[in-house]
Parts: sequence; C-alpha cells; structure tokens
Amino acid sequence: MSVNESWLLESKTFSKDAIREIQRAAKEGIYSIRGGGAKRFVPSFDDLVFLGASMSRYPLEGYREACNTAVTLGTRFAKKPIELKIPITVAGMSFGSLSAQAKESLGRGASEVGTSTTTGDGGMTQEERGHSNLLVYQYLPSRYGMNPDDLRKADAIEVVVGQGAKPGGGGMLLGQKINERVARMRDLPQNIDQRSACRHPDWTGPDDLEIKITELREITNWEKPIYIKVGAARTYFDTSLAVKAGADVVVVDGMQGGTAATQDVFIEHVGIPTLPAVRQAVQALKDMDMHRKVQLIVSGGIRNGADVAKALAMGADAVSVGTAALIALGDNSPELDSEYEKIGSKSGYYFEYQAGNCPAGISTQNPDLAKRLDPVLGGRRVANYLRCLTLEVQTLARACGKSDVHNLEPEDMAALTVEAAAMAQIPLAGTTWIPGKTT
Amino acid sequence: MKNLDLNNVSLRELNQELQNAQNGAQYVVENSNGKHNIAVGLNKEQSVTINGHVGYYCAGMNQKADITVEGNAGSGLAENMMSGKVHVKGGVSQYCGATAHGGTIIIDGDASARCGISMKGVDIVVRGSVGHMSAFMAQKGRFVICGDAGNALGDSIYEARIYLRGKAQSLGADCIEKEMQDEHRKELAELLKKADITDISVDEFKRYGSARKLYNFSVDNAY
Amino acid sequence: MCGIVGLFLKEKKLEGHLGSYLSDMLIEMTERGPDSVGFAIYDQPTIGKQIKCTLLNTLVDSGEELNWDEVRQALKKQFGNDTKFEEKGSHALISVETDTNTLNEWLNENFPHINVNGSGRVIEIYKEKGLPKDVIASFNLQSFTGSHALGHTRMATESAVTTGHSHPFSTGDDICLVHNGSLSNHNRWREKLRKEGIVISTDNDSEVAAAYFNWRLKQGDDLNTALTKALDDLDGFYTFAIGTKDGFAVMRDNIGCKPAVIAETDQWVAMASEFRAIAMLPGVENASIWEPEPGKIYSWHKAA
Repeated sequence: MSVNESWLLESKTFSKDAIREIQRAAKEGIYSIRGGGAKRFVPSFDDLVFLGASMSRYPLEGYREACNTAVTLGTRFAKKPIELKIPITVAGMSFGSLSAQAKESLGRGASEVGTSTTTGDGGMTQEERGHSNLLVYQYLPSRYGMNPDDLRKADAIEVVVGQGAKPGGGGMLLGQKINERVARMRDLPQNIDQRSACRHPDWTGPDDLEIKITELREITNWEKPIYIKVGAARTYFDTSLAVKAGADVVVVDGMQGGTAATQDVFIEHVGIPTLPAVRQAVQALKDMDMHRKVQLIVSGGIRNGADVAKALAMGADAVSVGTAALIALGDNSPELDSEYEKIGSKSGYYFEYQAGNCPAGISTQNPDLAKRLDPVLGGRRVANYLRCLTLEVQTLARACGKSDVHNLEPEDMAALTVEAAAMAQIPLAGTTWIPGKTT
Repeated sequence: MKNLDLNNVSLRELNQELQNAQNGAQYVVENSNGKHNIAVGLNKEQSVTINGHVGYYCAGMNQKADITVEGNAGSGLAENMMSGKVHVKGGVSQYCGATAHGGTIIIDGDASARCGISMKGVDIVVRGSVGHMSAFMAQKGRFVICGDAGNALGDSIYEARIYLRGKAQSLGADCIEKEMQDEHRKELAELLKKADITDISVDEFKRYGSARKLYNFSVDNAY
Repeated sequence: MCGIVGLFLKEKKLEGHLGSYLSDMLIEMTERGPDSVGFAIYDQPTIGKQIKCTLLNTLVDSGEELNWDEVRQALKKQFGNDTKFEEKGSHALISVETDTNTLNEWLNENFPHINVNGSGRVIEIYKEKGLPKDVIASFNLQSFTGSHALGHTRMATESAVTTGHSHPFSTGDDICLVHNGSLSNHNRWREKLRKEGIVISTDNDSEVAAAYFNWRLKQGDDLNTALTKALDDLDGFYTFAIGTKDGFAVMRDNIGCKPAVIAETDQWVAMASEFRAIAMLPGVENASIWEPEPGKIYSWHKAA
C-alpha cells in the first residue's frame, strides 16, 4: 500500500516532538530531566550585526594598533579586585556534574590566558584550586562542601541566587554521578538522586542578603569581590536589588545557559533569553549610576567572539562560557561517535549530562571514562578556544575603530529582526526604528 | 580576658581582633545590641562571651572557637560551623546551625523555624522547643530537641538523627520514627551531658530519621 | 523588601517619648530599607465631628513646591473656619469636619496633586523618599507623641522608588499596614479589588495588601477574620503589621521566612524585622522576646 502524502502533513501543534513527549510522560509518569540549555529557537546575538567603520569612522590595524581586552572586576568594595586579561571567564560548573579531570582542564585553560574559572555546587577540589590562578568560589543554597578555608582560598565569591537554565529552581544531580568522592564532599549518601534547595538556607530576599554579604566580607577581610548571580527573569529589578544588597559584580545568566540536570520543562519555559537580559541589566546599572562601577558579567549561550563582542557592546564588562568550554574540551566530538552510538546518542546532539556516562570523560564520575580526558590536552584546547574568542572580539572592535573592546557601544550595532530590535533596543538595520521607543 | 565594647569598636575592628587572636585567648564582648555578624569566621581555640543579644549570623562559619551568647541570637546562628562550640543562653531565631558541618550548638531556650536546616554533621541540642521546618534536608549530625517541634520536622531528611522528647506538630516528608537502640541511647546521653542537661532521661526521647523513600526519583515522590 | 517596626505603649507616661523611640527604631532599619521611610502615629483623637487627615504633596519627588496656604484657605472656605491646618515637612496635618470620602473627592477636584496618606480620628501617616535619618529629621519625628506607632523602611523590589510607593498604606479610617516581603498574586487581587471599588493608585504589592484589608473590613469582617482570610488569599512571603485606632496586630505568612521579632514588657510591646531595632528601648533587658509563629495573629489593644 502506498503512502498517502497528504496524510503525512505534520501537525504544528502536535508535532513529532510533542507526540513523543506525551508518550514518554504516559509511560514514565515523571518529568524528564536532562542537561544543557534551552534547545528551542530564541532571539539571540545572532540577530545583531556590527556597523564596521568606513567613511564616518576609522578602523584600527590588526597587529600594530593595540586593542585592549583586560578588565578589572570588583572595584566597588573589594580590597583585592580581580584582574582579567580577557573579558571571558569560565562559568560555574560543579565537581560532581563534571569530572575532576574536566575541572582541572578548565582551570589550566583559563589560567593560561589570564582569566578566571568558577567552582559549582559540589565545593572546591584540589585539582581545580591547584590549576586555577584565579578561582571564583560559588556560594549556593545547598552549601555542599562549603567551608571557610576554601572561602578564604578563593579569589572571589559568587553568591548564586539563580541560574539561567532554571531561575527559581535548585540544582539536581542524579544518583549515577554521586560516587564515593562526590558523596563525601557533599555529605550525602552515595547513589541517591540529589535535589538542591531552591532558596538559600539562611536568608530570604535582598534585605537579608545585604547582611549575608557583610558576613562573607567580614570572614574574608573585605578582600574578595562578591558577585551575585541571577538567572535572567525580572532582570531589571534583580540587578538593582543585587546592587542595593552590596554586590561588587552582577552575573546575569540567560535562558540559553546550561545545566547539568534539570527538568526539561524548566529549561525550555522559564527565564528570558540573554539578549534582552543584558539590556535590562545595563539599564538598571545606568539608572543607579552604577554602570562600570558594579561590573556586569553576562552568560547563557555565548559561543563565539561575535557573541562576546555584542554582549560587551551592549554594556557588559565580561562574559562567561560554560557549555562552549565543555565543547572545547572535547564534548560532542565526532571522534567519539561510535561511543555516543552505544549510549543512544550522536555527536552534535549530546546534552545528557545528567546520565553520567559521557564518553569524553567530562560530565561523568565513572573513573574509566574520566581518565580519557587528559587535563593538559584539555587545558590547551580551552586556552585555544578562549584565545580565538579574544582575537575575534578584537577583530570586531578594531573594525569599529576601538582601541579597547569595552569601548564598543550599542550604537555600533544594528538589528536584523524586529524581535531583536525590540529586545535589545537597537535600531532595525537600515532604519532608526527601535520598537517601543521611536516611531 | 579582654573586653571589647561595640560602643567603642566597630564590627570590623572586633572581628579582626577576634580572627587574629591566639589559641587560648579569652574575650568578652559588650553592647552587642542585636548587631549582625559578631564573631564570624573565627578559627582559633579561643573563648568569646557576648554579654547581650546578637543579630544575624553570630559565630558564622566558626572553627574551633568556644562562643557563648548571654542573650538571644538572631537568624543563622553558627551557620556553616565547622568545629568548636556555640552556646546561647536565651532563644534563637530561624536558620540556627544552617548547613553546619561540625562542632556543637547548645540552645538553652527555644529555637524558631528551620533549626538545623541542611545540617551536615553538627550536633545541636535545644533545651526548649523548635519551630517549623526544622531539620529540613538535614544530611548528617545529631539534633536533640528537649521540648516540642513545629510542623514538618525533618522534611526530606537524609542521614541526620533527630532525638525529640516532646511532640512534633507533624513530621515532614520521608521523616519517620525509628527504634531507639543502645547505640542511640548512648550517643544521646553523651549529647545531653555535653549540654549539661542532667534532669532529663534518655528514655524520654524518641528517635526520628529518614525513611529513605525519596532517595531516588520515582513517580511516587515526584513533586 | 524592607524593615518594619511597631511600638505600642502600655504606660501613658511614656507617650511623650513615642516619636523619639520610633525614630531610633527606624534608623536601625536603614540597611533593610534605604529607599524611603514612613511612619504612622496614633495620637490624641480629634474633638467633635472632625476627622484628622495627613495630606501628602505628591509633587515632592519632583521637587515642585505646593502653595499650602492656598490649600489651607480653600479648606476653610469649604469645610468651615474650625478647620485646623498644620504644615509638617512635605505633608500637612488637618482636622476638618467632614468624612474621608467627601474630602477625597473635593481634593481630587481642586488639588489633584494632594493625596490623603491617612485619615480617621487618631491616625497620622508621614512618608517620604530618602534615607531614614534624613526623612526623620525633616518631619522632626522625635517630637511626636502618641500611644502607638508603626514604621517602615523600604528597599523597593519591583515597583518604583517614590513617596507614593512608600509605606505605611492606609487601609481605611485609622487603619494602616506595613509589609516586609513580596506578594506573588497581587496583580489579580488588584484587578478584583478595583472592581469592588477600592482605590489603588500604585503597582506596589503592599498597597494591594492594604486594599485587601480595607475591602475585608468594609465587608464587615473584624481585623482577626480579615487576617485569617488573608492567609488563604494572599500568596507569597510577608510579615504584616497593622495599626488600628487602639492597638496593632502582627502576622507572618505560612512559610514564615521574612523575619520578625516581638518584645514585651509591662510598659510596652514592640515588633521589628530585627532585634537590633528594639535593643535600645528602655527596659528591654527585662522583656520577654519571641518570634511570631507563621500563620498566627498577634494583637494588642488599649484597655477600653
């Protein structure tokens, strides 16, 4: 019997994906948990382009004419601000979700190019501290492995209020990744499915947070910059409140930001994209006269130098990369396709970080898998990747006539879509039209 | 014995002095008046007596020091304590001993909500009663309550052990009563002794802990 | 997100100190609320048929002057020569023989930039943008007398920093509310209450809470019933303190995360977001001090 082509018209409402998810839900009776960030299409930095110099502006030459990339974070209150050679940092990812080898590689790579890396929900490991010249210590609701000695060893402290993949939700780590060492560091039984709290255990709201930040400063002699990280949602208010609570640095993570394990419904449906979030955060800082005084780090779906340059042009002081750094390390490598096949996946599609059987030895606690990752080689790849991003940002900045990447401005860009023009408040290309602002 | 008066020294000066003290140093703090972050981040075997009420995070992240509050304490007393001893003669506000990894906390009065939240190895002895959501997600350590407990005691508890003398308004998800064996009677007796509680017998307590039914995500415990 | 304080004096001889106690309490709450400050004072009741109203010049944030003298004369012309008028900072305290609705309507028509902060027989409400110590000085709060008072220092969360968004919010004659926390269903309640005819002028969540109590009380509920119903109706995190003509009440939501502490002696009852706002009150060393349980109403009244 031949197929009737007209019957095979896919429903946009009940698409193959939607049907498959209903079938899965009916079978399993529990939400699906996965890693990575939002997979759906969202307006992004791809929808912006730079207006390179020509007649009205003059570009800089590639080698001779310097284009500065350094940035100092934490200049508001901290006695020892962090000085980064490049405006790209490595985002917080936990030991537990990642192997010790992966954490070491990230530290090596970041250090080689003069930037910082960040701990995660599982506490600080020796591998990571030992190989990171600049290490940001995350302070999370779970406080797993949290102790004052590590706090004092850190170069900065990041109070995590939320994460782009799940603003309003806590962390998860499934049993297959809670091996003996992870369990010991977190004071948990081995192999349990662990759910972290969504609120901090000893403060609620910015008025309490102000007191908490003072405590952290008192314990660390007012030396360390204090970051506050929020998932992008009500970003204008959250940024102003972070500043009022006493932050040195605000970190805003858009919905494209990754996670090790979270409910799929959360990843895809909570939070706003990075593009509008940057604008709202910068607006809040400007309204408080705090732009460039409290630094802004932006993360969530940063992949290449263009993304970095556009975030900076919109007013960020630096960006963070998470998922991209893992890919640089070797995650989703086609060389591993036969291995991916064994676990029912394929390079280019693998975001099952929750499962703990990463063939690249990155999102796993299986020692046999983890030892596949050579931290020296991994570190070199991460450094190469960060170097490439930096060169790209400089290329774009020079083309716009800037001797410092932080001199990029929103006015150096045009939007390709009405959506991006509205969200970024940047005129639609070829017009002066900003939706909601000009007519 | 050295006197530090918060009417004359700033919080920064006070904490710096205490943090830079030698083992064996003894301090008395006056005019605390509910101020926050008093005696945080200490890491020497020293004693500090605070003559009055304190605000948030007193004795926060304490290591080794022996800290006494001759009054009430605000939110987050001895949060994330690693070792040492903190003794409050009055009552304490919420989040007492939150995420504390070690050491001993003794409360002569009542503790309000979320006492021992996410505790990770500390011992807490409360002479009075505790508020709602106490021992929420408690991971490790021992928690003795001589009075009653509020709603949802031990919700989502892991391997911490709760000894409750009075009644709990309700038990939280996955928290159940467990049998008192000799091992438990012995450790409870030691804890009571540590807190100088001599008028209460271990036989008056019941033990609570995790049913371990939430340890792995399944249809029945998805929420 | 804010700092709140309340003080109820049991001993009449302390009434001369109410303003000075309250200003000390509010200044201690500066870090919790650096954006604006406000307070409600319950002092001598008006005589006869007069009501007492605190008028706010809403132009104050934009720095525009208001000719209060013109307002005073117009008031006298409209409501009679017995009208009392006293300028206090950016506010004016008046006693006038009418009811709140009539006065509101008349003001809307003639002086649309003037809001009635609070009205009744005994209540006075003052609030303004700025650091607590500055605002307190501008109103000379130390000189106020009275039997009880509530105060608030504000750290704005989602709505603007203006005098109009500041607490306390009036919820009817002689009743006001201060709030620390963040409501999560205030938008639907704002719509519903507006349909019921309750005036809500800002996008502030706390004003909705005030309007909610106003509505409940208008429906004939007593304060305790209204508070009990609020536990089901208002979602989110809150500590409320509510002032009434003869006392005050305190209630926290069922989750009970936002802080509150109560201290009581034979001379007074005080509540605050943090103990340090109570620490300087005379006799505090003998006070019994406790934290209000979630979902439970605590209230004090003057002996009849």
